[in-house]
Amino acid sequence: MALPRETQPGLAPVVLTMRRRTLADKEALLGRLMLAPALLYVIALVGVPFGLAVLLSFSSATSGSLDFSWVGLRNYATIIVDPQFQHALWNTLRFAIISQFLVIVLALTAAQVLDAAFAGKRVVRFLLLMPWAAPVALAAIGWTWIFDSTFSVINWTLRYFHLTKTWYYWFGDPTLAMVAIIIVHVWRMFPFATVITLAGMTSIPHEISEAAVVDGASFSRRFFQINLPLLTPIITVAVLFGVVFTSTDLGVVYLLTRGGPYNSTHVLASLAFQRGILGANLGQGAAVALFLLPVLVVVAILMLRTARRAEVGA
Amino acid sequence: MESMGYVETKNLQKHFGEVHAVDGIDLSIKEGELLVLLGPSGCGKTTLMRMIAGLETPTAGEIYIAGQLVDEDIPPRARGIAMVFQSYALYPHKTAYDNIAFPLEAIGMPRLTIRGRVQGAAKRFGIGQLLSRRPRQLSGGERQRVALSRAVVRDPRVFLFDEPLSNLDAQLRAIARHELKQFQRQIGTTTIYVTHDQVEAMGLGDRIAVMNKGKVRQIGTPQHIYDHPADTFVATFLGSPPMNLIERDVQTLLGFRPENFLPREVCAPEETATFRFRVRQVEYLGADRLLYGSLEEATRTDQTVIAELPATITVPIVEGEAYDFAVPRRALRLFDTGTGLSRADGVA
Amino acid sequence: MTARRAVRILKRIALYLAALAFTVFAVFPFYWMFLTTFKQNKDLYVGGTDLSHIPWIFNLRPTLEHVNLLFQQTLYLTWVRNTVLIGAAVVVITIVLAVPAGYSLARLSGRWGERLGIGIFLTYLVPPTLLFIPFSRVIAVFGLQNSVWALILVYPTFTVPFCTWLMMGFFRSIPRDIEEQAMIDGYSRLAVIRKVVLPLAVSGILTAVIFAFTQVMQDFVYALTFISSLDKMTVSLGVPVALVRGDVFYWGSLMAACLFTSIPIAVVYNLFIDRFIAGLTAGALKG
Repeated sequence: MALPRETQPGLAPVVLTMRRRTLADKEALLGRLMLAPALLYVIALVGVPFGLAVLLSFSSATSGSLDFSWVGLRNYATIIVDPQFQHALWNTLRFAIISQFLVIVLALTAAQVLDAAFAGKRVVRFLLLMPWAAPVALAAIGWTWIFDSTFSVINWTLRYFHLTKTWYYWFGDPTLAMVAIIIVHVWRMFPFATVITLAGMTSIPHEISEAAVVDGASFSRRFFQINLPLLTPIITVAVLFGVVFTSTDLGVVYLLTRGGPYNSTHVLASLAFQRGILGANLGQGAAVALFLLPVLVVVAILMLRTARRAEVGA
Repeated sequence: MESMGYVETKNLQKHFGEVHAVDGIDLSIKEGELLVLLGPSGCGKTTLMRMIAGLETPTAGEIYIAGQLVDEDIPPRARGIAMVFQSYALYPHKTAYDNIAFPLEAIGMPRLTIRGRVQGAAKRFGIGQLLSRRPRQLSGGERQRVALSRAVVRDPRVFLFDEPLSNLDAQLRAIARHELKQFQRQIGTTTIYVTHDQVEAMGLGDRIAVMNKGKVRQIGTPQHIYDHPADTFVATFLGSPPMNLIERDVQTLLGFRPENFLPREVCAPEETATFRFRVRQVEYLGADRLLYGSLEEATRTDQTVIAELPATITVPIVEGEAYDFAVPRRALRLFDTGTGLSRADGVA
Repeated sequence: MTARRAVRILKRIALYLAALAFTVFAVFPFYWMFLTTFKQNKDLYVGGTDLSHIPWIFNLRPTLEHVNLLFQQTLYLTWVRNTVLIGAAVVVITIVLAVPAGYSLARLSGRWGERLGIGIFLTYLVPPTLLFIPFSRVIAVFGLQNSVWALILVYPTFTVPFCTWLMMGFFRSIPRDIEEQAMIDGYSRLAVIRKVVLPLAVSGILTAVIFAFTQVMQDFVYALTFISSLDKMTVSLGVPVALVRGDVFYWGSLMAACLFTSIPIAVVYNLFIDRFIAGLTAGALKG
């Protein structure tokens, strides 16, 4: 059956010794060692500060002194009846919901456009993404110049095309200031949502849309009954990220309006900054910021659900 | 003391949660032998091989290579094995030369020696001129040769092959099978070869271990397993079309191979069992004819029986008609209906 | 037939118009930055009520006046240098932490890998807004107020979780066979990582590097909270905060700073956007 074992011509057989395993082979241990630094970092610099935020919110700590005295729920009691806080909370929700609604409408349309083949598609995509890629603080300062009280190019254009006769003081009027903030959020977030939606669209198998075309479904039916349901998980992801980014944003509000005029555009983030850092009342600032937590928890749960549902569907 | 095989497993088990992927396997592979592990997908053959390679830790049981116990403490790199994966697992960032040299670098061989060995191995598989290419610039067949060169270059104690031919197209596969066999005979390295393809198994194996549901159902030479299947699973898994199994009585199944089921008039003058065979459909396959039909006197007449007539038998067969067919008594097999196990042969 | 053709052409036109509209909306602020950067003051500061003066074009010869001012009389270049140094340090920390962690989660942590991975990813959702107040306390305790080290310490809180997740995805996409082959070919797990996995993950690591760096550029909150000296600021803080001190806005120089910082970042980011998206949507896009 088997011939006598012959060595390969001119080649001496390699002597093999069975080496015992070393640390480099111990997978479970190696796995823990490799994970530990990142895990410890995250625990130390996200977990611990997070716990500290909760603790601070129950204290009268100020940034000036290092003492820490427990005041229970007093900070919460103070802010919850504070009209400025109530307004900021309401603004946070309002900005997030309105801007995300607009973002989704724009993103779905833009993704439809980008999904079609046309010349210069890559350039268009690149340009569309610029608002998302540019550093937010710099983009915001660009917008303050666009909304300038004397030189606003938007006002000029509206008047030039006879769309309006009034001169808008964007940051002088509470409603206009909010519109401005929402415009900037939408401008910044829709490219991101578009690219995510586009990724979802390319993952829809071509056979499905082709089958729908063959079945004679109209464009609107195809869109609402086939594409939209299939895109729902991915759009959910885009919305959830959008909600997180908008509701926790400080840069846009701070740079555009600083919460003004008359504190009408404060959001939780900017109010927390004003009370906690500028006003040196760490406890109250922490309490304000922690009101973001329910939003984030809901987002996290929804995200996990989406991920799981997508897995089950796969 | 019994003589030990070159590779041995003792009551080897692997459980994934509730699933017993490998469920108590005792194997003994002789030095220089080519053993094929044959079975349907999910039968545990790949898990068994991966445990021998050290890529999977057994739940229970022991593995010996060259008389030495290889347990968790002996990592794959120290087992003196070479493996060829179904995907060939070539390193995409390395040239063919560097792929083949990689196992030698691991043992710190001098550069010049490495060059000699790589070139030697490449020459053996006829890929000497492809050594500077990267895997994606190679065809399927060439990749397979690079993988084989890499396996052989270190002069391992055991070869492990995990369906290495299944990514080749049908024509190339037959040639590759022949070459593989020849090469293994030549260098005489103990080889374990996993496949679900019975033709490959029959053609390659010195012995075949047929596996199902984590257990070895039968082990033996291809001829023996084909002629004397240990149970109905082996009987139907080997052979295409599979062995016919007819209910003879409540406890007994009667088995015979389609190629032994021939028109009575062409049967050799020996002791035969005769059946009335109603042909439902005839398939012409060039080299032979396949007849599908049922036995008129069988208890269950709806059971399909297949006859395979070589092209040399030209007896006219008409669909819908019944004919007298016969099986030589020596080709009849009996199985227990309940357990599926084979009974003493030929007592029909 | 011709009617159909007309419809097709109309559809085509609608498509281009839509693409144009979106592009204009996305890009006009940058165009406005560009104009502002190179316009002469006489061309720039014309009241918006003057409808005869079209602000969307150069009415006078472009000038480099504002650019010169930015580079010669402001701390812009110092801020750029600070940003690059902080960015580089954060990138190094991120890679050192996230690459091994990503591999561990992908290959060495068994069934816990998936859950821990999701857990780490979720910390990416804990925003600076929640953490800057406790951090201001921690930073004070360590005596790092007004130090770039504060930023280097804190920025990895948003780069490490995401990059770990990103790397986990990349490592999972490397065929297991190849790693197992290398282990059989004589290498320990650690050697396999060094000689096979890392060379194959170069593009993934590069993506993580770019992501970490652009995230550093995005931060405004932490820099605003921790840094007060002009010469220690990052671009994202210095430009909007320090260039507009005292209600005197040098809009030309300001926009020049925005433009010169945003464009390179946008270009680099664009090259890697598909990979970021793949990382973000790994869950929802499976199958």
